[in-house]
Amino acid sequence: MFQFASVSDFLLMDGHGLYVWASYAITLLALVFLAISPSIQQRAFIIQQKRQQRIEEGQNQQRVDS
Amino acid sequence: MNWQWFHRLGSPRWFYEKTSRWMPWLLSVTLLLLAVGVVWGLGYAPMDSKQGNSYRIIYIHVPAAFLALAGYYVMAIAGAVGIIWQMKMSYTVMRAAAPIGAVLTFLALVTGALWGKPTWGTWWVWDARITSMLILLFLYLGIIALQGAYQQQRTANKACAILALVGTVNIPIIYKSVDWWFTLHQPATLKLVGESSIDPSMAYPLLVMIAGFYGLYSWLLMHWVRADILQSESKTQWVKEIVVK
Amino acid sequence: MSSSQAESQVNASRSSATSLYSTLFSVFRRELRIAFRQQSDMINPILFFLMVVTMMPLGISPQASVLSELAPGLLWVIALLACLLSLDGLFRSDYEDGTLEQCILSTQPLYFIVLAKVMVHWLTTGLPLTLVAPLLGVLLSLPTDGFVPLWLSLMLGTATLSFVGAIGAALTVSLRKGGLLLSLIIMPLYVPVLIFGASTVRYAVEGVAYGSTLAVLGGFFALAFVLAPLAIAGALRMSVEE
Repeated sequence: MFQFASVSDFLLMDGHGLYVWASYAITLLALVFLAISPSIQQRAFIIQQKRQQRIEEGQNQQRVDS
Repeated sequence: MNWQWFHRLGSPRWFYEKTSRWMPWLLSVTLLLLAVGVVWGLGYAPMDSKQGNSYRIIYIHVPAAFLALAGYYVMAIAGAVGIIWQMKMSYTVMRAAAPIGAVLTFLALVTGALWGKPTWGTWWVWDARITSMLILLFLYLGIIALQGAYQQQRTANKACAILALVGTVNIPIIYKSVDWWFTLHQPATLKLVGESSIDPSMAYPLLVMIAGFYGLYSWLLMHWVRADILQSESKTQWVKEIVVK
Repeated sequence: MSSSQAESQVNASRSSATSLYSTLFSVFRRELRIAFRQQSDMINPILFFLMVVTMMPLGISPQASVLSELAPGLLWVIALLACLLSLDGLFRSDYEDGTLEQCILSTQPLYFIVLAKVMVHWLTTGLPLTLVAPLLGVLLSLPTDGFVPLWLSLMLGTATLSFVGAIGAALTVSLRKGGLLLSLIIMPLYVPVLIFGASTVRYAVEGVAYGSTLAVLGGFFALAFVLAPLAIAGALRMSVEE
Protein backbone atom coordinates (compact mmCIF):
# COMPACT_ATOMS: atom_id res chain seq x y z
CA MET A 1 0.00 0.00 0.00
CA PHE A 2 1.26 3.46 -0.81
CA GLN A 3 2.39 5.06 2.44
CA PHE A 4 1.67 8.68 1.62
CA ALA A 5 -1.62 10.50 1.37
CA SER A 6 -0.63 12.87 -1.41
CA VAL A 7 2.20 13.72 -3.77
CA SER A 8 3.28 16.66 -1.66
CA ASP A 9 3.39 14.37 1.38
CA PHE A 10 5.53 12.02 -0.65
CA LEU A 11 7.91 14.84 -1.54
CA LEU A 12 8.07 16.23 2.00
CA MET A 13 8.44 12.89 3.82
CA ASP A 14 7.61 14.48 7.19
CA GLY A 15 10.34 17.04 6.86
CA HIS A 16 12.99 14.48 5.93
CA GLY A 17 12.32 14.89 2.22
CA LEU A 18 15.35 17.07 1.60
CA TYR A 19 17.73 14.46 2.97
CA VAL A 20 16.07 11.51 1.28
CA TRP A 21 15.73 13.14 -2.12
CA ALA A 22 19.21 14.66 -1.95
CA SER A 23 20.79 11.28 -1.35
CA TYR A 24 18.81 9.67 -4.18
CA ALA A 25 19.73 12.55 -6.49
CA ILE A 26 23.43 12.38 -5.66
CA THR A 27 23.43 8.63 -6.17
CA LEU A 28 21.72 9.02 -9.53
CA LEU A 29 24.25 11.66 -10.61
CA ALA A 30 27.23 9.58 -9.55
CA LEU A 31 25.94 6.44 -11.24
CA VAL A 32 25.14 8.33 -14.44
CA PHE A 33 28.67 9.70 -14.36
CA LEU A 34 30.06 6.17 -13.99
CA ALA A 35 27.91 4.97 -16.87
CA ILE A 36 28.66 7.84 -19.23
CA SER A 37 32.36 8.49 -18.76
CA PRO A 38 33.56 5.31 -20.52
CA SER A 39 31.17 6.06 -23.38
CA ILE A 40 32.64 9.54 -23.79
CA GLN A 41 36.11 8.08 -23.67
CA GLN A 42 35.14 5.44 -26.22
CA ARG A 43 33.64 7.99 -28.61
CA ALA A 44 36.68 10.27 -28.36
CA PHE A 45 38.89 7.29 -29.08
CA ILE A 46 36.87 6.24 -32.14
CA ILE A 47 36.88 9.78 -33.56
CA GLN A 48 40.62 10.01 -33.07
CA GLN A 49 41.20 6.61 -34.68
CA LYS A 50 39.05 7.52 -37.67
CA ARG A 51 40.99 10.72 -38.17
CA GLN A 52 44.23 8.80 -38.03
CA GLN A 53 42.97 6.27 -40.58
CA ARG A 54 41.97 9.08 -42.92
CA ILE A 55 45.44 10.62 -42.61
CA GLU A 56 47.02 7.27 -43.38
CA GLU A 57 44.75 6.78 -46.39
CA GLY A 58 45.64 10.27 -47.62
CA GLN A 59 49.32 9.51 -47.37
CA ASN A 60 48.85 6.26 -49.28
CA GLN A 61 46.87 8.13 -51.96
CA GLN A 62 49.69 10.68 -52.34
CA ARG A 63 52.20 7.89 -52.68
CA VAL A 64 50.09 6.31 -55.45
CA ASP A 65 49.65 9.68 -57.16
CA SER A 66 53.34 10.46 -57.20
CA MET B 1 38.90 -30.25 -16.16
CA ASN B 2 38.16 -28.01 -19.06
CA TRP B 3 40.02 -24.71 -18.73
CA GLN B 4 39.01 -23.36 -22.11
CA TRP B 5 36.59 -20.83 -20.68
CA PHE B 6 39.34 -19.44 -18.52
CA HIS B 7 41.71 -18.92 -21.42
CA ARG B 8 38.90 -17.40 -23.46
CA LEU B 9 38.30 -14.90 -20.68
CA GLY B 10 41.88 -13.83 -21.19
CA SER B 11 41.16 -12.78 -24.75
CA PRO B 12 40.08 -9.13 -24.99
CA ARG B 13 38.35 -9.74 -28.31
CA TRP B 14 36.27 -12.61 -26.97
CA PHE B 15 35.29 -10.53 -23.95
CA TYR B 16 34.37 -7.52 -26.06
CA GLU B 17 32.22 -9.50 -28.47
CA LYS B 18 30.45 -11.55 -25.79
CA THR B 19 29.70 -8.57 -23.60
CA SER B 20 28.25 -6.70 -26.57
CA ARG B 21 25.58 -9.36 -26.57
CA TRP B 22 25.15 -9.67 -22.79
CA MET B 23 25.13 -6.05 -21.75
CA PRO B 24 21.71 -4.95 -23.05
CA TRP B 25 20.08 -7.88 -21.24
CA LEU B 26 21.97 -7.24 -18.07
CA LEU B 27 21.14 -3.56 -18.18
CA SER B 28 17.41 -4.12 -18.67
CA VAL B 29 17.21 -6.61 -15.79
CA THR B 30 19.24 -4.27 -13.60
CA LEU B 31 17.14 -1.22 -14.40
CA LEU B 32 13.98 -3.20 -13.73
CA LEU B 33 15.29 -4.33 -10.34
CA LEU B 34 16.42 -0.83 -9.43
CA ALA B 35 13.12 0.73 -10.51
CA VAL B 36 11.11 -1.80 -8.50
CA GLY B 37 13.41 -1.37 -5.51
CA VAL B 38 13.34 2.43 -5.55
CA VAL B 39 9.55 2.69 -5.93
CA TRP B 40 8.96 0.01 -3.31
CA GLY B 41 11.48 1.48 -0.90
CA LEU B 42 10.44 5.10 -1.29
CA GLY B 43 6.71 4.70 -1.52
CA TYR B 44 5.46 1.36 -0.27
CA ALA B 45 7.75 0.19 2.50
CA PRO B 46 6.33 1.09 5.93
CA MET B 47 7.72 4.03 7.85
CA ASP B 48 10.26 3.30 10.56
CA SER B 49 8.78 4.06 13.99
CA LYS B 50 11.98 5.56 15.38
CA GLN B 51 13.67 7.22 12.42
CA GLY B 52 10.66 8.27 10.40
CA ASN B 53 11.02 8.50 6.67
CA SER B 54 14.72 9.30 6.69
CA TYR B 55 15.45 5.60 6.99
CA ARG B 56 14.48 5.26 3.31
CA ILE B 57 18.06 6.27 2.51
CA ILE B 58 19.00 2.76 3.59
CA TYR B 59 17.87 1.49 0.18
CA ILE B 60 20.84 3.12 -1.49
CA HIS B 61 23.23 3.47 1.44
CA VAL B 62 23.50 -0.21 2.27
CA PRO B 63 23.79 -1.52 -1.31
CA ALA B 64 26.44 1.11 -2.10
CA ALA B 65 28.40 0.14 1.01
CA PHE B 66 28.07 -3.58 0.12
CA LEU B 67 29.36 -3.06 -3.37
CA ALA B 68 32.11 -0.69 -2.24
CA LEU B 69 33.56 -3.46 -0.09
CA ALA B 70 32.88 -6.26 -2.57
CA GLY B 71 34.44 -4.08 -5.26
CA TYR B 72 37.71 -3.97 -3.38
CA TYR B 73 37.81 -7.77 -3.34
CA VAL B 74 36.95 -7.89 -7.05
CA MET B 75 39.88 -5.56 -7.68
CA ALA B 76 42.27 -7.51 -5.46
CA ILE B 77 41.29 -10.90 -6.90
CA ALA B 78 41.66 -9.55 -10.44
CA GLY B 79 45.09 -8.23 -9.47
CA ALA B 80 46.11 -11.56 -7.98
CA VAL B 81 45.00 -13.44 -11.10
CA GLY B 82 47.02 -10.95 -13.11
CA ILE B 83 50.15 -11.55 -11.07
CA ILE B 84 49.81 -15.33 -10.99
CA TRP B 85 48.77 -16.05 -14.59
CA GLN B 86 50.17 -12.90 -16.22
CA MET B 87 46.74 -12.20 -17.68
CA LYS B 88 46.35 -8.85 -19.37
CA MET B 89 42.56 -8.89 -19.20
CA SER B 90 42.65 -9.43 -15.47
CA TYR B 91 44.67 -6.25 -14.99
CA THR B 92 42.16 -4.41 -17.16
CA VAL B 93 39.39 -5.51 -14.80
CA MET B 94 41.47 -4.38 -11.83
CA ARG B 95 42.02 -0.95 -13.36
CA ALA B 96 38.32 -0.55 -14.10
CA ALA B 97 37.26 -1.66 -10.62
CA ALA B 98 39.20 1.11 -8.84
CA PRO B 99 37.23 4.20 -9.93
CA ILE B 100 33.88 2.40 -9.72
CA GLY B 101 34.66 1.24 -6.20
CA ALA B 102 35.86 4.68 -5.18
CA VAL B 103 32.65 6.33 -6.40
CA LEU B 104 30.50 3.73 -4.59
CA THR B 105 32.46 4.26 -1.37
CA PHE B 106 32.00 7.99 -1.74
CA LEU B 107 28.26 7.46 -2.25
CA ALA B 108 28.04 5.31 0.86
CA LEU B 109 29.73 8.09 2.84
CA VAL B 110 27.57 10.90 1.44
CA THR B 111 24.29 9.06 1.87
CA GLY B 112 25.43 8.09 5.36
CA ALA B 113 26.02 11.75 6.20
CA LEU B 114 22.62 12.70 4.75
CA TRP B 115 21.02 9.97 6.82
CA GLY B 116 22.91 10.97 9.95
CA LYS B 117 21.76 14.58 9.94
CA PRO B 118 18.03 13.94 10.57
CA THR B 119 18.66 10.80 12.65
CA TRP B 120 21.51 11.77 14.99
CA GLY B 121 21.41 15.51 14.38
CA THR B 122 24.90 15.63 12.92
CA TRP B 123 26.46 15.10 9.52
CA TRP B 124 29.47 13.26 10.73
CA VAL B 125 30.10 10.90 13.63
CA TRP B 126 33.40 9.17 14.14
CA ASP B 127 31.80 5.81 14.53
CA ALA B 128 33.17 2.47 13.49
CA ARG B 129 31.47 1.90 10.17
CA ILE B 130 31.74 5.45 8.84
CA THR B 131 35.41 5.59 9.74
CA SER B 132 36.09 2.22 8.11
CA MET B 133 34.33 3.43 4.98
CA LEU B 134 36.48 6.55 4.93
CA ILE B 135 39.62 4.44 5.19
CA LEU B 136 38.34 2.21 2.41
CA LEU B 137 37.96 5.35 0.29
CA PHE B 138 41.58 6.24 1.07
CA LEU B 139 42.68 2.75 0.03
CA TYR B 140 40.87 3.16 -3.30
CA LEU B 141 42.32 6.63 -3.84
CA GLY B 142 45.80 5.31 -3.07
CA ILE B 143 45.41 2.66 -5.77
CA ILE B 144 44.17 5.24 -8.29
CA ALA B 145 47.05 7.59 -7.42
CA LEU B 146 49.59 4.79 -7.75
CA GLN B 147 48.11 3.80 -11.11
CA GLY B 148 48.60 7.29 -12.48
CA ALA B 149 52.16 7.65 -11.24
CA TYR B 150 53.89 5.16 -13.50
CA GLN B 151 54.95 5.80 -17.07
CA GLN B 152 54.53 2.20 -18.13
CA GLN B 153 51.22 0.44 -17.91
CA ARG B 154 52.84 -2.92 -17.19
CA THR B 155 54.61 -1.67 -14.08
CA ALA B 156 51.56 0.26 -12.91
CA ASN B 157 49.48 -2.91 -13.18
CA LYS B 158 51.85 -4.94 -11.04
CA ALA B 159 52.29 -2.20 -8.46
CA CYS B 160 48.54 -1.75 -8.06
CA ALA B 161 47.99 -5.49 -7.83
CA ILE B 162 50.55 -5.77 -5.02
CA LEU B 163 49.04 -2.81 -3.19
CA ALA B 164 45.52 -4.19 -3.61
CA LEU B 165 46.61 -7.54 -2.17
CA VAL B 166 48.30 -5.88 0.78
CA GLY B 167 45.10 -3.90 1.29
CA THR B 168 43.04 -7.09 1.24
CA VAL B 169 45.07 -8.57 4.07
CA ASN B 170 44.65 -5.30 5.93
CA ILE B 171 40.94 -4.64 5.44
CA PRO B 172 39.67 -7.15 8.02
CA ILE B 173 42.30 -5.92 10.48
CA ILE B 174 41.35 -2.29 9.87
CA TYR B 175 37.65 -3.10 10.24
CA LYS B 176 38.14 -5.01 13.46
CA SER B 177 40.42 -2.33 14.88
CA VAL B 178 38.08 0.50 14.06
CA ASP B 179 35.15 -1.52 15.35
CA TRP B 180 36.94 -2.09 18.59
CA TRP B 181 37.86 1.59 18.75
CA PHE B 182 34.43 3.05 18.65
CA THR B 183 30.97 1.63 18.56
CA LEU B 184 28.16 4.10 18.47
CA HIS B 185 26.20 2.92 15.44
CA GLN B 186 23.10 0.77 15.50
CA PRO B 187 24.00 -2.92 15.68
CA ALA B 188 24.34 -4.54 12.27
CA THR B 189 20.83 -4.48 10.85
CA LEU B 190 21.15 -6.97 8.04
CA LYS B 191 22.88 -10.24 8.63
CA LEU B 192 23.00 -12.90 5.97
CA VAL B 193 22.92 -15.60 8.58
CA GLY B 194 20.81 -15.48 11.70
CA GLU B 195 18.01 -13.14 12.60
CA SER B 196 17.60 -9.84 10.88
CA SER B 197 16.40 -7.12 13.18
CA ILE B 198 14.57 -5.11 10.53
CA ASP B 199 11.03 -5.91 9.52
CA PRO B 200 10.65 -8.19 6.44
CA SER B 201 8.42 -5.60 4.76
CA MET B 202 11.39 -3.22 4.93
CA ALA B 203 13.98 -5.86 4.10
CA TYR B 204 12.49 -7.14 0.82
CA PRO B 205 12.95 -3.89 -1.09
CA LEU B 206 16.46 -3.73 0.37
CA LEU B 207 17.25 -7.18 -1.02
CA VAL B 208 15.87 -6.10 -4.41
CA MET B 209 18.07 -3.01 -4.33
CA ILE B 210 21.15 -5.02 -3.37
CA ALA B 211 20.51 -7.39 -6.28
CA GLY B 212 20.02 -4.37 -8.54
CA PHE B 213 23.28 -2.82 -7.38
CA TYR B 214 25.13 -6.07 -8.00
CA GLY B 215 23.75 -6.07 -11.54
CA LEU B 216 24.62 -2.43 -12.01
CA TYR B 217 28.13 -3.04 -10.72
CA SER B 218 28.68 -5.88 -13.20
CA TRP B 219 27.35 -3.75 -16.02
CA LEU B 220 29.53 -0.78 -15.10
CA LEU B 221 32.58 -3.00 -14.77
CA MET B 222 32.00 -4.47 -18.24
CA HIS B 223 31.44 -1.01 -19.64
CA TRP B 224 34.69 0.36 -18.21
CA VAL B 225 36.64 -2.74 -19.23
CA ARG B 226 35.35 -2.44 -22.81
CA ALA B 227 36.43 1.18 -23.10
CA ASP B 228 39.85 0.22 -21.77
CA ILE B 229 40.14 -2.73 -24.18
CA LEU B 230 39.50 -0.53 -27.23
CA GLN B 231 42.37 1.75 -26.26
CA SER B 232 44.88 -0.88 -25.28
CA GLU B 233 44.10 -3.04 -28.34
CA SER B 234 43.94 -0.11 -30.78
CA LYS B 235 46.67 -1.62 -32.96
CA THR B 236 44.80 -4.86 -33.64
CA GLN B 237 42.78 -5.58 -36.75
CA TRP B 238 39.48 -6.29 -35.00
CA VAL B 239 39.49 -2.96 -33.18
CA LYS B 240 40.23 -1.17 -36.45
CA GLU B 241 37.21 -2.88 -38.01
CA ILE B 242 35.01 -1.74 -35.12
CA VAL B 243 36.26 1.81 -35.55
CA VAL B 244 35.46 1.84 -39.27
CA LYS B 245 31.88 0.70 -38.62
CA MET C 1 67.49 -44.16 0.82
CA SER C 2 71.03 -45.07 1.92
CA SER C 3 72.54 -43.49 4.97
CA SER C 4 75.18 -41.58 3.01
CA GLN C 5 72.49 -40.00 0.84
CA ALA C 6 70.51 -38.99 3.88
CA GLU C 7 73.63 -37.57 5.43
CA SER C 8 74.49 -35.51 2.38
CA GLN C 9 70.94 -34.20 2.28
CA VAL C 10 71.13 -33.16 5.91
CA ASN C 11 74.45 -31.51 5.21
CA ALA C 12 73.02 -29.69 2.22
CA SER C 13 70.09 -28.38 4.18
CA ARG C 14 72.36 -27.38 7.01
CA SER C 15 74.72 -25.53 4.70
CA SER C 16 71.82 -23.73 3.01
CA ALA C 17 70.53 -22.74 6.43
CA THR C 18 73.93 -21.37 7.43
CA SER C 19 74.19 -19.51 4.14
CA LEU C 20 70.80 -17.92 4.83
CA TYR C 21 72.02 -16.77 8.21
CA SER C 22 75.22 -15.48 6.73
CA THR C 23 73.23 -13.58 4.10
CA LEU C 24 71.07 -12.10 6.79
CA PHE C 25 74.06 -11.09 8.87
CA SER C 26 76.20 -9.77 6.06
CA VAL C 27 73.38 -7.59 4.72
CA PHE C 28 72.61 -6.56 8.28
CA ARG C 29 76.21 -5.53 8.97
CA ARG C 30 76.56 -3.70 5.67
CA GLU C 31 73.34 -1.75 6.16
CA LEU C 32 74.22 -0.86 9.72
CA ARG C 33 77.60 0.40 8.64
CA ILE C 34 76.02 2.56 5.92
CA ALA C 35 73.41 3.86 8.34
CA PHE C 36 76.00 4.88 10.89
CA ARG C 37 78.02 6.60 8.19
CA GLN C 38 75.00 8.68 7.13
CA GLN C 39 73.98 9.86 10.54
CA SER C 40 71.62 12.53 9.24
CA ASP C 41 69.19 9.79 8.20
CA MET C 42 69.09 8.69 11.80
CA ILE C 43 68.94 12.11 13.40
CA ASN C 44 66.46 13.84 11.10
CA PRO C 45 63.37 11.82 12.12
CA ILE C 46 64.17 12.52 15.77
CA LEU C 47 64.50 16.24 15.05
CA PHE C 48 61.20 16.12 13.17
CA PHE C 49 59.58 14.38 16.13
CA LEU C 50 60.94 17.00 18.52
CA MET C 51 59.95 19.98 16.38
CA VAL C 52 56.39 18.84 15.70
CA VAL C 53 55.90 18.10 19.38
CA THR C 54 57.05 21.68 20.07
CA MET C 55 54.38 22.96 17.69
CA MET C 56 51.61 21.31 19.66
CA PRO C 57 51.61 23.49 22.82
CA LEU C 58 52.04 26.52 20.56
CA GLY C 59 49.07 25.52 18.42
CA ILE C 60 46.73 24.13 21.06
CA SER C 61 47.45 25.33 24.57
CA PRO C 62 50.37 25.26 26.99
CA GLN C 63 48.06 24.13 29.82
CA ALA C 64 49.29 20.88 31.33
CA SER C 65 45.76 19.53 31.81
CA VAL C 66 44.91 19.93 28.11
CA LEU C 67 48.22 18.55 26.93
CA SER C 68 48.22 15.54 29.20
CA GLU C 69 44.78 14.62 27.85
CA LEU C 70 46.04 14.75 24.26
CA ALA C 71 49.57 13.47 24.82
CA PRO C 72 49.10 9.73 24.12
CA GLY C 73 47.46 10.32 20.76
CA LEU C 74 49.72 13.21 19.75
CA LEU C 75 52.92 11.36 20.53
CA TRP C 76 51.75 8.36 18.57
CA VAL C 77 50.57 10.32 15.54
CA ILE C 78 53.78 12.33 15.36
CA ALA C 79 55.97 9.25 15.78
CA LEU C 80 53.99 7.64 12.96
CA LEU C 81 54.57 10.63 10.68
CA ALA C 82 58.29 10.69 11.52
CA CYS C 83 58.47 7.01 10.58
CA LEU C 84 56.62 7.67 7.35
CA LEU C 85 58.99 10.46 6.34
CA SER C 86 62.05 8.31 6.95
CA LEU C 87 60.80 5.60 4.60
CA ASP C 88 61.31 7.40 1.30
CA GLY C 89 65.05 6.79 1.25
CA LEU C 90 64.89 3.17 2.35
CA PHE C 91 65.59 1.62 -1.05
CA ARG C 92 66.39 4.79 -3.03
CA SER C 93 70.20 4.72 -2.99
CA ASP C 94 70.32 0.96 -3.54
CA TYR C 95 68.00 1.40 -6.50
CA GLU C 96 70.03 4.21 -8.04
CA ASP C 97 73.46 2.60 -7.78
CA GLY C 98 72.32 -0.82 -8.99
CA THR C 99 72.78 -2.66 -5.70
CA LEU C 100 69.14 -3.64 -5.75
CA GLU C 101 69.49 -5.27 -9.15
CA GLN C 102 72.46 -7.28 -7.87
CA CYS C 103 70.46 -8.35 -4.81
CA ILE C 104 67.64 -9.60 -7.03
CA LEU C 105 70.00 -11.41 -9.39
CA SER C 106 72.00 -13.00 -6.58
CA THR C 107 71.32 -16.58 -5.54
CA GLN C 108 70.38 -15.51 -2.02
CA PRO C 109 66.65 -15.27 -1.41
CA LEU C 110 65.47 -11.70 -1.65
CA TYR C 111 63.15 -12.31 1.29
CA PHE C 112 66.05 -12.43 3.73
CA ILE C 113 67.91 -9.51 2.20
CA VAL C 114 64.75 -7.44 2.54
CA LEU C 115 64.21 -8.67 6.08
CA ALA C 116 67.70 -7.53 7.07
CA LYS C 117 67.27 -4.14 5.41
CA VAL C 118 63.97 -3.44 7.13
CA MET C 119 65.30 -4.53 10.50
CA VAL C 120 68.19 -2.12 10.13
CA HIS C 121 65.75 0.60 9.15
CA TRP C 122 63.87 0.02 12.38
CA LEU C 123 67.08 -0.04 14.42
CA THR C 124 68.13 3.31 12.97
CA THR C 125 64.77 5.15 12.96
CA GLY C 126 62.08 3.37 14.98
CA LEU C 127 64.28 2.52 17.91
CA PRO C 128 65.80 6.02 18.33
CA LEU C 129 62.29 7.49 18.07
CA THR C 130 61.14 5.11 20.78
CA LEU C 131 64.08 6.00 22.98
CA VAL C 132 63.46 9.76 22.85
CA ALA C 133 59.65 9.44 23.12
CA PRO C 134 59.51 9.50 26.95
CA LEU C 135 61.50 12.72 26.89
CA LEU C 136 58.91 14.27 24.61
CA GLY C 137 56.26 12.81 26.88
CA VAL C 138 57.64 15.08 29.58
CA LEU C 139 57.27 18.07 27.25
CA LEU C 140 53.62 17.20 26.65
CA SER C 141 53.10 16.48 30.38
CA LEU C 142 52.18 12.86 29.85
CA PRO C 143 51.15 11.34 33.21
CA THR C 144 53.89 9.18 34.72
CA ASP C 145 51.89 5.98 34.37
CA GLY C 146 52.07 6.39 30.59
CA PHE C 147 55.82 6.30 30.13
CA VAL C 148 56.53 2.58 30.22
CA PRO C 149 53.56 1.68 27.99
CA LEU C 150 54.50 4.47 25.57
CA TRP C 151 57.92 2.97 25.37
CA LEU C 152 56.70 -0.60 24.93
CA SER C 153 53.96 0.25 22.43
CA LEU C 154 56.28 2.38 20.29
CA MET C 155 58.91 -0.35 20.37
CA LEU C 156 56.51 -2.91 18.91
CA GLY C 157 54.52 -0.44 16.84
CA THR C 158 57.34 1.31 15.00
CA ALA C 159 58.72 -2.09 13.98
CA THR C 160 55.38 -2.87 12.35
CA LEU C 161 55.34 0.58 10.77
CA SER C 162 58.79 -0.07 9.27
CA PHE C 163 57.68 -3.37 7.75
CA VAL C 164 54.40 -2.10 6.33
CA GLY C 165 55.92 1.17 5.17
CA ALA C 166 58.73 -0.62 3.37
CA ILE C 167 56.07 -2.07 1.03
CA GLY C 168 55.21 1.46 -0.03
CA ALA C 169 58.87 2.42 -0.31
CA ALA C 170 59.49 -0.58 -2.57
CA LEU C 171 56.48 0.24 -4.76
CA THR C 172 57.47 3.87 -5.26
CA VAL C 173 61.26 3.52 -5.43
CA SER C 174 61.37 3.88 -9.23
CA LEU C 175 59.25 7.05 -9.21
CA ARG C 176 61.00 10.38 -9.21
CA LYS C 177 58.40 12.01 -6.99
CA GLY C 178 57.51 9.11 -4.77
CA GLY C 179 57.56 10.76 -1.35
CA LEU C 180 54.05 12.11 -1.08
CA LEU C 181 52.55 9.18 -2.95
CA LEU C 182 54.25 6.82 -0.51
CA SER C 183 52.49 8.56 2.39
CA LEU C 184 49.14 8.42 0.61
CA ILE C 185 49.22 4.71 -0.08
CA ILE C 186 50.67 3.67 3.27
CA MET C 187 48.81 5.84 5.76
CA PRO C 188 45.50 3.93 5.58
CA LEU C 189 47.43 0.75 6.34
CA TYR C 190 48.84 2.34 9.49
CA VAL C 191 45.42 2.83 11.08
CA PRO C 192 45.30 -0.38 13.18
CA VAL C 193 48.78 0.19 14.62
CA LEU C 194 47.90 3.75 15.55
CA ILE C 195 44.63 2.68 17.18
CA PHE C 196 46.18 0.01 19.36
CA GLY C 197 49.38 1.95 20.05
CA ALA C 198 47.63 5.06 21.28
CA SER C 199 45.07 2.99 23.19
CA THR C 200 47.83 1.20 25.08
CA VAL C 201 49.13 4.49 26.41
CA ARG C 202 45.64 5.83 27.11
CA TYR C 203 44.67 2.66 28.99
CA ALA C 204 47.76 2.96 31.15
CA VAL C 205 47.06 6.62 31.91
CA GLU C 206 43.50 5.74 32.87
CA GLY C 207 44.74 2.92 35.08
CA VAL C 208 43.30 0.07 32.99
CA ALA C 209 45.38 -3.04 32.32
CA TYR C 210 47.04 -2.55 28.95
CA GLY C 211 48.45 -6.05 28.39
CA SER C 212 45.79 -6.98 25.82
CA THR C 213 46.39 -4.03 23.48
CA LEU C 214 50.10 -4.61 23.72
CA ALA C 215 49.51 -8.24 22.78
CA VAL C 216 47.54 -7.13 19.71
CA LEU C 217 50.43 -4.88 18.70
CA GLY C 218 52.71 -7.88 19.08
CA GLY C 219 50.37 -9.85 16.83
CA PHE C 220 50.49 -7.12 14.18
CA PHE C 221 54.26 -7.17 14.36
CA ALA C 222 54.44 -10.94 13.92
CA LEU C 223 52.09 -10.77 10.93
CA ALA C 224 54.02 -7.92 9.31
CA PHE C 225 57.35 -9.61 10.00
CA VAL C 226 56.29 -12.75 8.14
CA LEU C 227 54.15 -11.36 5.32
CA ALA C 228 55.50 -7.90 4.50
CA PRO C 229 58.89 -9.07 3.14
CA LEU C 230 56.99 -11.14 0.53
CA ALA C 231 55.19 -8.04 -0.75
CA ILE C 232 58.36 -5.95 -0.51
CA ALA C 233 60.36 -8.49 -2.51
CA GLY C 234 57.63 -8.61 -5.18
CA ALA C 235 57.45 -4.83 -5.36
CA LEU C 236 61.24 -4.51 -5.65
CA ARG C 237 61.33 -7.03 -8.51
CA MET C 238 58.66 -5.02 -10.28
CA SER C 239 60.46 -1.71 -9.69
CA VAL C 240 63.75 -3.02 -11.06
CA GLU C 241 62.11 -4.51 -14.15
CA GLU C 242 60.88 -1.11 -15.26
